[in-house]
Amino acid sequence: MINKFVPDLQTAIADVHDGAVVMLGGFGSVGMPNQLIEAVADKGVRDLTLIANNAGAAFGGMAVLLQKGAVEKVVCSYPRSANSTLFVDLYREGKIKLELVPQGTLAERIRAAAAGVPAFFTPTAAGTQLGAGKETREINGKLCVLEQALFADFALLESWEADRFGNLTYRLAGRNFNPIMAGAAKTTIVQTQHIAGPEGIAADDVMTPGIFVNRVVHIPYGDPVL
Amino acid sequence: MPDTLTPIKTLTREQMAARLAQDIPEGWYVNLGIGAPTLVANYVAADREVIFHSENGLLGVGPAPAPDKVEPWLINAGKQYVTLVQGASTFDSAESFGIIRGGHLDLAVLGGYEVAENGDLANWSTGANDAGPAVGGAMDLGAGAKQVWVLMDHTTKSGQPKLVERCSYPLTALGSVTRIYTNLAVIDVTPDGFVLRDAAPGLTFDDIQARTGATLRRA
Repeated sequence: MINKFVPDLQTAIADVHDGAVVMLGGFGSVGMPNQLIEAVADKGVRDLTLIANNAGAAFGGMAVLLQKGAVEKVVCSYPRSANSTLFVDLYREGKIKLELVPQGTLAERIRAAAAGVPAFFTPTAAGTQLGAGKETREINGKLCVLEQALFADFALLESWEADRFGNLTYRLAGRNFNPIMAGAAKTTIVQTQHIAGPEGIAADDVMTPGIFVNRVVHIPYGDPVL
Repeated sequence: MPDTLTPIKTLTREQMAARLAQDIPEGWYVNLGIGAPTLVANYVAADREVIFHSENGLLGVGPAPAPDKVEPWLINAGKQYVTLVQGASTFDSAESFGIIRGGHLDLAVLGGYEVAENGDLANWSTGANDAGPAVGGAMDLGAGAKQVWVLMDHTTKSGQPKLVERCSYPLTALGSVTRIYTNLAVIDVTPDGFVLRDAAPGLTFDDIQARTGATLRRA
Protein backbone atom coordinates (compact mmCIF):
# COMPACT_ATOMS: atom_id res chain seq x y z
CA MET A 1 0.00 0.00 0.00
CA ILE A 2 1.30 3.42 -0.90
CA ASN A 3 1.85 5.62 2.14
CA LYS A 4 4.01 8.72 1.80
CA PHE A 5 3.60 9.73 5.44
CA VAL A 6 6.76 9.46 7.53
CA PRO A 7 6.69 9.45 11.35
CA ASP A 8 8.76 12.52 12.13
CA LEU A 9 10.70 15.52 10.82
CA GLN A 10 14.08 13.82 11.17
CA THR A 11 13.01 10.96 8.93
CA ALA A 12 11.50 13.40 6.45
CA ILE A 13 14.74 15.33 5.93
CA ALA A 14 17.23 12.51 6.64
CA ASP A 15 18.95 12.73 3.22
CA VAL A 16 19.33 16.53 3.01
CA HIS A 17 23.08 16.92 2.63
CA ASP A 18 25.88 19.49 2.60
CA GLY A 19 25.84 21.58 -0.56
CA ALA A 20 22.23 20.69 -1.42
CA VAL A 21 20.01 23.05 -3.42
CA VAL A 22 16.80 23.43 -1.42
CA MET A 23 13.54 25.15 -2.38
CA LEU A 24 11.42 26.60 0.41
CA GLY A 25 7.70 27.24 -0.13
CA GLY A 26 5.91 30.17 1.44
CA PHE A 27 5.26 33.85 0.92
CA GLY A 28 5.87 36.01 3.94
CA SER A 29 5.18 33.71 6.84
CA VAL A 30 2.18 31.98 5.22
CA GLY A 31 2.64 28.50 3.77
CA MET A 32 6.21 28.33 5.11
CA PRO A 33 7.58 24.89 6.08
CA ASN A 34 9.17 26.23 9.26
CA GLN A 35 9.49 22.96 11.14
CA LEU A 36 11.08 21.14 8.19
CA ILE A 37 13.60 23.96 7.83
CA GLU A 38 14.38 23.91 11.55
CA ALA A 39 14.97 20.17 11.32
CA VAL A 40 17.45 20.76 8.49
CA ALA A 41 19.19 23.40 10.62
CA ASP A 42 19.35 20.97 13.58
CA LYS A 43 20.92 18.35 11.34
CA GLY A 44 23.88 20.67 10.92
CA VAL A 45 24.24 20.58 7.12
CA ARG A 46 26.23 23.36 5.48
CA ASP A 47 26.82 25.20 2.19
CA LEU A 48 23.15 25.11 1.21
CA THR A 49 21.71 27.00 -1.73
CA LEU A 50 18.20 28.14 -0.82
CA ILE A 51 15.55 29.08 -3.38
CA ALA A 52 12.63 31.02 -1.89
CA ASN A 53 10.67 34.19 -2.54
CA ASN A 54 11.69 35.97 0.66
CA ALA A 55 14.83 35.83 2.74
CA GLY A 56 14.33 38.66 5.17
CA ALA A 57 12.08 37.47 7.96
CA ALA A 58 13.31 37.81 11.54
CA PHE A 59 12.14 34.36 12.55
CA GLY A 60 11.06 31.08 11.01
CA GLY A 61 13.21 28.36 9.54
CA MET A 62 15.11 30.39 6.95
CA ALA A 63 16.37 32.76 9.66
CA VAL A 64 17.56 29.77 11.69
CA LEU A 65 19.58 28.48 8.73
CA LEU A 66 21.06 31.92 8.07
CA GLN A 67 22.02 32.38 11.72
CA LYS A 68 23.75 28.99 11.75
CA GLY A 69 25.84 29.97 8.75
CA ALA A 70 24.44 26.98 6.87
CA VAL A 71 23.69 28.94 3.70
CA GLU A 72 26.14 29.67 0.89
CA LYS A 73 23.72 31.25 -1.54
CA VAL A 74 20.13 32.48 -1.72
CA VAL A 75 18.06 32.72 -4.90
CA CYS A 76 15.09 34.98 -4.23
CA SER A 77 13.15 38.07 -5.29
CA TYR A 78 12.83 39.98 -2.04
CA PRO A 79 15.53 39.51 0.63
CA ARG A 80 14.50 42.59 2.62
CA SER A 81 12.23 42.78 5.62
CA ALA A 82 10.83 45.55 7.79
CA ASN A 83 11.63 43.62 10.95
CA SER A 84 15.06 42.09 10.27
CA THR A 85 18.47 42.92 8.85
CA LEU A 86 19.75 39.35 9.22
CA PHE A 87 20.12 38.58 5.51
CA VAL A 88 21.23 42.09 4.56
CA ASP A 89 23.98 42.05 7.20
CA LEU A 90 25.34 38.72 5.95
CA TYR A 91 25.16 40.00 2.37
CA ARG A 92 26.99 43.23 3.17
CA GLU A 93 29.69 41.32 5.02
CA GLY A 94 30.18 39.13 1.96
CA LYS A 95 29.20 35.99 3.87
CA ILE A 96 26.40 35.00 1.54
CA LYS A 97 25.79 35.06 -2.22
CA LEU A 98 22.58 36.38 -3.72
CA GLU A 99 20.96 35.70 -7.07
CA LEU A 100 18.18 38.27 -7.31
CA VAL A 101 15.33 37.17 -9.59
CA PRO A 102 12.11 39.05 -10.44
CA GLN A 103 9.30 37.31 -8.61
CA GLY A 104 7.37 36.22 -11.69
CA THR A 105 10.52 34.98 -13.37
CA LEU A 106 11.40 33.05 -10.21
CA ALA A 107 7.96 31.41 -10.22
CA GLU A 108 8.13 30.60 -13.94
CA ARG A 109 11.68 29.21 -13.73
CA ILE A 110 10.46 26.87 -11.00
CA ARG A 111 7.34 25.88 -12.93
CA ALA A 112 9.46 25.32 -16.05
CA ALA A 113 11.73 22.93 -14.14
CA ALA A 114 8.72 20.96 -12.91
CA ALA A 115 7.27 20.87 -16.43
CA GLY A 116 10.44 19.82 -18.26
CA VAL A 117 10.90 23.16 -20.06
CA PRO A 118 14.66 23.85 -19.91
CA ALA A 119 14.45 27.58 -20.67
CA PHE A 120 12.01 30.23 -21.87
CA PHE A 121 11.93 33.80 -23.19
CA THR A 122 10.22 36.49 -21.11
CA PRO A 123 9.96 40.29 -21.44
CA THR A 124 10.45 40.70 -17.67
CA ALA A 125 13.83 42.30 -16.87
CA ALA A 126 14.68 42.95 -20.53
CA GLY A 127 16.93 46.00 -20.71
CA THR A 128 17.57 46.02 -16.96
CA GLN A 129 20.47 45.02 -14.70
CA LEU A 130 18.73 41.73 -13.92
CA GLY A 131 18.57 40.88 -17.62
CA ALA A 132 22.20 41.86 -18.26
CA GLY A 133 24.41 39.15 -19.73
CA LYS A 134 21.48 36.97 -20.73
CA GLU A 135 20.61 36.03 -24.29
CA THR A 136 18.03 38.50 -25.62
CA ARG A 137 15.74 38.34 -28.61
CA GLU A 138 12.97 40.53 -29.97
CA ILE A 139 9.80 38.44 -30.19
CA ASN A 140 6.51 39.91 -31.49
CA GLY A 141 8.03 43.37 -31.12
CA LYS A 142 9.02 42.88 -27.49
CA LEU A 143 12.56 42.56 -26.20
CA CYS A 144 12.84 39.30 -24.23
CA VAL A 145 15.52 37.56 -22.16
CA LEU A 146 16.22 33.84 -22.01
CA GLU A 147 15.69 32.45 -18.51
CA GLN A 148 16.77 28.97 -17.41
CA ALA A 149 14.61 26.48 -15.52
CA LEU A 150 15.45 26.34 -11.82
CA PHE A 151 15.96 22.86 -10.39
CA ALA A 152 16.61 21.75 -6.83
CA ASP A 153 17.68 18.65 -4.93
CA PHE A 154 14.94 19.09 -2.34
CA ALA A 155 11.72 21.09 -2.02
CA LEU A 156 10.40 21.73 1.49
CA LEU A 157 6.72 22.68 1.39
CA GLU A 158 3.73 23.24 3.62
CA SER A 159 0.22 22.07 2.76
CA TRP A 160 -3.13 22.51 4.48
CA GLU A 161 -4.24 18.93 3.94
CA ALA A 162 -2.52 15.83 2.60
CA ASP A 163 -3.50 12.21 2.01
CA ARG A 164 -1.36 9.07 1.96
CA PHE A 165 -0.83 9.39 -1.83
CA GLY A 166 0.81 12.78 -1.34
CA ASN A 167 -2.13 14.69 -2.82
CA LEU A 168 -2.19 18.18 -1.34
CA THR A 169 -4.43 21.19 -0.76
CA TYR A 170 -3.48 24.66 0.44
CA ARG A 171 -5.35 27.34 2.37
CA LEU A 172 -5.88 30.88 0.98
CA ALA A 173 -2.55 32.72 0.64
CA GLY A 174 -0.73 29.57 1.79
CA ARG A 175 -0.57 28.23 -1.78
CA ASN A 176 1.96 30.69 -3.30
CA PHE A 177 5.17 28.88 -4.37
CA ASN A 178 4.30 25.50 -2.81
CA PRO A 179 2.54 23.77 -5.75
CA ILE A 180 5.11 24.85 -8.34
CA MET A 181 8.09 23.79 -6.24
CA ALA A 182 6.55 20.32 -5.96
CA GLY A 183 8.06 18.60 -8.96
CA ALA A 184 10.94 21.05 -9.51
CA ALA A 185 13.07 19.11 -7.02
CA LYS A 186 14.39 15.55 -7.12
CA THR A 187 12.81 15.00 -3.70
CA THR A 188 9.73 16.88 -2.49
CA ILE A 189 9.08 16.85 1.26
CA VAL A 190 5.86 18.26 2.71
CA GLN A 191 4.75 19.19 6.20
CA THR A 192 0.96 19.28 6.46
CA GLN A 193 -1.41 20.91 8.92
CA HIS A 194 -4.06 18.22 8.44
CA ILE A 195 -4.35 14.61 7.28
CA ALA A 196 -7.28 13.82 5.01
CA GLY A 197 -9.82 11.22 6.13
CA PRO A 198 -9.56 7.55 5.04
CA GLU A 199 -11.22 8.32 1.67
CA GLY A 200 -8.43 10.79 0.83
CA ILE A 201 -8.79 14.18 -0.86
CA ALA A 202 -11.53 14.26 -3.53
CA ALA A 203 -10.01 14.23 -7.01
CA ASP A 204 -11.44 17.63 -7.99
CA ASP A 205 -10.10 19.22 -4.81
CA VAL A 206 -6.48 18.12 -5.24
CA MET A 207 -4.23 21.15 -5.87
CA THR A 208 -0.94 19.25 -6.07
CA PRO A 209 -1.18 15.67 -7.42
CA GLY A 210 0.71 13.16 -5.31
CA ILE A 211 3.01 12.19 -8.19
CA PHE A 212 5.06 15.30 -7.36
CA VAL A 213 5.40 14.43 -3.66
CA ASN A 214 7.82 11.98 -2.02
CA ARG A 215 7.28 12.36 1.74
CA VAL A 216 4.72 13.95 4.05
CA VAL A 217 4.98 14.64 7.76
CA HIS A 218 2.07 15.77 9.92
CA ILE A 219 2.92 19.03 11.74
CA PRO A 220 -0.28 20.67 13.00
CA TYR A 221 1.43 23.77 14.33
CA GLY A 222 -1.61 26.04 13.85
CA ASP A 223 -1.84 29.52 12.41
CA PRO A 224 1.13 31.34 10.88
CA VAL A 225 2.32 34.43 12.74
CA LEU A 226 3.29 37.53 10.78
CA MET B 1 16.57 75.58 -10.27
CA PRO B 2 14.45 74.32 -7.36
CA ASP B 3 15.59 77.03 -4.95
CA THR B 4 14.29 79.81 -7.15
CA LEU B 5 10.79 78.38 -7.54
CA THR B 6 7.86 80.00 -5.77
CA PRO B 7 6.41 77.69 -3.09
CA ILE B 8 3.21 76.01 -4.22
CA LYS B 9 0.44 74.04 -2.55
CA THR B 10 0.66 70.37 -3.45
CA LEU B 11 -1.68 67.40 -3.09
CA THR B 12 -1.35 65.02 -0.14
CA ARG B 13 -0.71 61.31 -0.72
CA GLU B 14 -4.38 60.66 0.02
CA GLN B 15 -5.50 63.28 -2.50
CA MET B 16 -3.15 61.80 -5.12
CA ALA B 17 -4.56 58.32 -4.49
CA ALA B 18 -8.13 59.65 -4.68
CA ARG B 19 -7.39 61.45 -7.96
CA LEU B 20 -6.01 58.24 -9.48
CA ALA B 21 -8.92 56.16 -8.17
CA GLN B 22 -11.38 58.40 -10.09
CA ASP B 23 -9.88 57.22 -13.37
CA ILE B 24 -10.17 53.44 -12.81
CA PRO B 25 -13.19 52.16 -14.76
CA GLU B 26 -15.59 49.57 -13.40
CA GLY B 27 -14.59 46.01 -14.16
CA TRP B 28 -10.84 46.58 -14.33
CA TYR B 29 -8.43 44.10 -12.75
CA VAL B 30 -5.83 46.13 -10.87
CA ASN B 31 -2.63 45.48 -8.94
CA LEU B 32 -1.63 48.10 -6.38
CA GLY B 33 2.06 48.28 -5.52
CA ILE B 34 3.37 48.43 -1.98
CA GLY B 35 3.30 51.85 -0.27
CA ALA B 36 1.27 54.84 -1.48
CA PRO B 37 -0.42 52.89 -4.33
CA THR B 38 -2.14 50.73 -1.70
CA LEU B 39 -4.13 53.83 -0.63
CA VAL B 40 -5.92 53.85 -4.01
CA ALA B 41 -8.23 51.04 -2.89
CA ASN B 42 -9.70 53.34 -0.21
CA TYR B 43 -10.94 55.82 -2.82
CA VAL B 44 -12.63 53.72 -5.50
CA ALA B 45 -16.31 54.70 -5.47
CA ALA B 46 -18.48 52.19 -3.62
CA ASP B 47 -20.78 51.75 -6.63
CA ARG B 48 -17.87 50.81 -8.93
CA GLU B 49 -16.61 47.21 -8.91
CA VAL B 50 -12.83 47.03 -9.36
CA ILE B 51 -11.05 43.72 -8.72
CA PHE B 52 -7.74 43.98 -6.91
CA HIS B 53 -4.95 41.46 -7.53
CA SER B 54 -2.11 40.58 -5.18
CA GLU B 55 1.11 38.92 -6.38
CA ASN B 56 1.02 36.18 -3.76
CA GLY B 57 -2.00 34.61 -5.46
CA LEU B 58 -5.20 36.55 -4.80
CA LEU B 59 -7.85 38.17 -6.99
CA GLY B 60 -10.64 40.06 -5.23
CA VAL B 61 -8.67 41.56 -2.35
CA GLY B 62 -10.86 43.57 0.02
CA PRO B 63 -10.08 45.97 2.85
CA ALA B 64 -8.14 45.15 6.00
CA PRO B 65 -10.15 43.07 8.50
CA ALA B 66 -11.29 44.29 11.90
CA PRO B 67 -8.71 43.23 14.53
CA ASP B 68 -11.00 40.48 15.83
CA LYS B 69 -11.76 39.18 12.31
CA VAL B 70 -8.21 38.48 11.13
CA GLU B 71 -7.76 35.35 8.96
CA PRO B 72 -4.13 34.31 9.64
CA TRP B 73 -3.81 32.57 6.24
CA LEU B 74 -4.82 35.62 4.26
CA ILE B 75 -2.13 38.24 3.64
CA ASN B 76 -1.37 40.41 0.62
CA ALA B 77 1.99 40.88 -1.10
CA GLY B 78 2.80 43.64 1.39
CA LYS B 79 2.39 40.99 4.13
CA GLN B 80 -0.62 42.73 5.63
CA TYR B 81 -3.83 40.95 6.67
CA VAL B 82 -6.58 41.45 4.10
CA THR B 83 -10.07 40.16 3.29
CA LEU B 84 -11.55 38.68 0.12
CA VAL B 85 -14.63 40.11 -1.61
CA GLN B 86 -17.41 38.18 -3.34
CA GLY B 87 -16.09 36.68 -6.57
CA ALA B 88 -12.54 36.32 -5.24
CA SER B 89 -10.17 33.50 -6.17
CA THR B 90 -6.84 32.14 -4.96
CA PHE B 91 -4.04 30.56 -7.00
CA ASP B 92 -0.32 29.83 -7.02
CA SER B 93 2.55 32.24 -7.73
CA ALA B 94 3.16 31.04 -11.30
CA GLU B 95 -0.48 31.60 -12.23
CA SER B 96 -0.45 34.93 -10.42
CA PHE B 97 2.45 36.12 -12.54
CA GLY B 98 0.93 34.52 -15.63
CA ILE B 99 -1.97 36.93 -15.02
CA ILE B 100 0.54 39.79 -14.96
CA ARG B 101 2.96 38.71 -17.70
CA GLY B 102 0.18 37.40 -19.92
CA GLY B 103 -1.33 40.87 -20.25
CA HIS B 104 -4.54 40.00 -18.43
CA LEU B 105 -4.16 42.67 -15.77
CA ASP B 106 -5.71 45.98 -16.87
CA LEU B 107 -3.61 48.16 -14.62
CA ALA B 108 -0.64 48.18 -12.27
CA VAL B 109 -0.23 51.19 -10.00
CA LEU B 110 3.40 51.47 -8.94
CA GLY B 111 5.59 53.83 -7.00
CA GLY B 112 8.59 55.37 -8.74
CA TYR B 113 12.01 56.91 -8.29
CA GLU B 114 12.05 58.20 -11.86
CA VAL B 115 9.94 58.02 -15.02
CA ALA B 116 11.47 58.98 -18.37
CA GLU B 117 9.62 60.67 -21.21
CA ASN B 118 9.81 57.42 -23.23
CA GLY B 119 7.97 55.56 -20.44
CA ASP B 120 11.02 53.90 -18.88
CA LEU B 121 10.49 53.24 -15.17
CA ALA B 122 13.05 53.15 -12.36
CA ASN B 123 11.52 52.07 -9.06
CA TRP B 124 13.40 49.09 -7.60
CA SER B 125 16.92 50.28 -6.82
CA THR B 126 18.72 53.55 -6.22
CA GLY B 127 21.90 51.80 -7.32
CA ALA B 128 23.57 52.58 -4.01
CA ASN B 129 22.88 49.08 -2.69
CA ASP B 130 22.32 50.63 0.71
CA ALA B 131 20.00 47.98 2.09
CA GLY B 132 20.82 45.09 -0.22
CA PRO B 133 18.98 44.68 -3.50
CA ALA B 134 15.36 43.53 -3.64
CA VAL B 135 13.02 43.53 -6.65
CA GLY B 136 9.87 41.55 -5.80
CA GLY B 137 7.30 41.71 -8.60
CA ALA B 138 8.14 45.22 -9.86
CA MET B 139 9.80 44.13 -13.13
CA ASP B 140 7.02 41.65 -13.94
CA LEU B 141 4.31 44.27 -13.31
CA GLY B 142 6.23 46.88 -15.29
CA ALA B 143 6.64 44.59 -18.28
CA GLY B 144 3.29 42.81 -18.16
CA ALA B 145 0.31 44.97 -17.17
CA LYS B 146 -1.74 46.55 -19.98
CA GLN B 147 -1.44 49.95 -18.30
CA VAL B 148 1.23 51.06 -15.84
CA TRP B 149 0.35 54.17 -13.84
CA VAL B 150 2.94 55.59 -11.49
CA LEU B 151 1.90 57.33 -8.27
CA MET B 152 4.76 59.43 -6.90
CA ASP B 153 5.82 62.90 -5.82
CA HIS B 154 6.67 65.19 -8.71
CA THR B 155 10.14 65.94 -7.31
CA THR B 156 12.50 64.49 -4.72
CA LYS B 157 12.60 65.91 -1.20
CA SER B 158 15.45 68.17 -2.34
CA GLY B 159 13.42 69.39 -5.31
CA GLN B 160 15.02 67.37 -8.11
CA PRO B 161 12.61 66.35 -10.90
CA LYS B 162 11.50 62.71 -10.95
CA LEU B 163 10.03 63.08 -14.45
CA VAL B 164 13.13 63.09 -16.62
CA GLU B 165 14.43 62.72 -20.18
CA ARG B 166 16.32 59.52 -19.29
CA CYS B 167 16.35 57.59 -16.01
CA SER B 168 19.59 57.72 -14.03
CA TYR B 169 18.61 54.94 -11.59
CA PRO B 170 18.60 51.24 -12.62
CA LEU B 171 15.61 50.48 -14.84
CA THR B 172 12.63 48.40 -13.81
CA ALA B 173 10.98 48.17 -17.23
CA LEU B 174 11.40 49.71 -20.67
CA GLY B 175 8.79 52.10 -22.08
CA SER B 176 5.98 50.77 -19.94
CA VAL B 177 4.57 53.75 -18.02
CA THR B 178 1.44 55.20 -19.61
CA ARG B 179 0.43 57.79 -17.00
CA ILE B 180 1.86 59.51 -13.92
CA TYR B 181 -0.13 60.87 -10.96
CA THR B 182 1.93 63.26 -8.85
CA ASN B 183 1.29 65.75 -6.08
CA LEU B 184 1.20 68.43 -8.80
CA ALA B 185 -0.39 66.91 -11.88
CA VAL B 186 -1.65 64.04 -13.99
CA ILE B 187 0.65 63.49 -16.94
CA ASP B 188 0.26 61.09 -19.86
CA VAL B 189 3.31 59.41 -21.35
CA THR B 190 2.78 59.48 -25.10
CA PRO B 191 4.92 58.74 -28.18
CA ASP B 192 5.58 62.51 -28.15
CA GLY B 193 6.67 62.50 -24.50
CA PHE B 194 5.00 63.99 -21.39
CA VAL B 195 1.57 65.58 -21.93
CA LEU B 196 -0.11 67.52 -19.11
CA ARG B 197 -3.57 66.09 -18.63
CA ASP B 198 -4.63 67.72 -15.37
CA ALA B 199 -3.05 70.17 -12.91
CA ALA B 200 -3.60 70.32 -9.15
CA PRO B 201 -5.86 73.24 -8.08
CA GLY B 202 -4.16 76.61 -8.46
CA LEU B 203 -1.19 75.37 -10.52
CA THR B 204 -0.34 76.56 -14.03
CA PHE B 205 1.33 74.72 -16.88
CA ASP B 206 4.49 76.76 -16.21
CA ASP B 207 4.52 75.81 -12.51
CA ILE B 208 4.57 72.15 -13.50
CA GLN B 209 7.01 72.52 -16.40
CA ALA B 210 9.44 74.28 -14.05
CA ARG B 211 9.46 71.17 -11.82
CA THR B 212 9.71 68.65 -14.65
CA GLY B 213 13.04 67.43 -16.02
CA ALA B 214 11.82 67.02 -19.61
CA THR B 215 9.65 68.92 -22.05
CA LEU B 216 5.99 69.02 -21.07
CA ARG B 217 3.33 69.33 -23.76
CA ARG B 218 -0.16 70.76 -23.51
CA ALA B 219 -3.01 68.33 -24.09
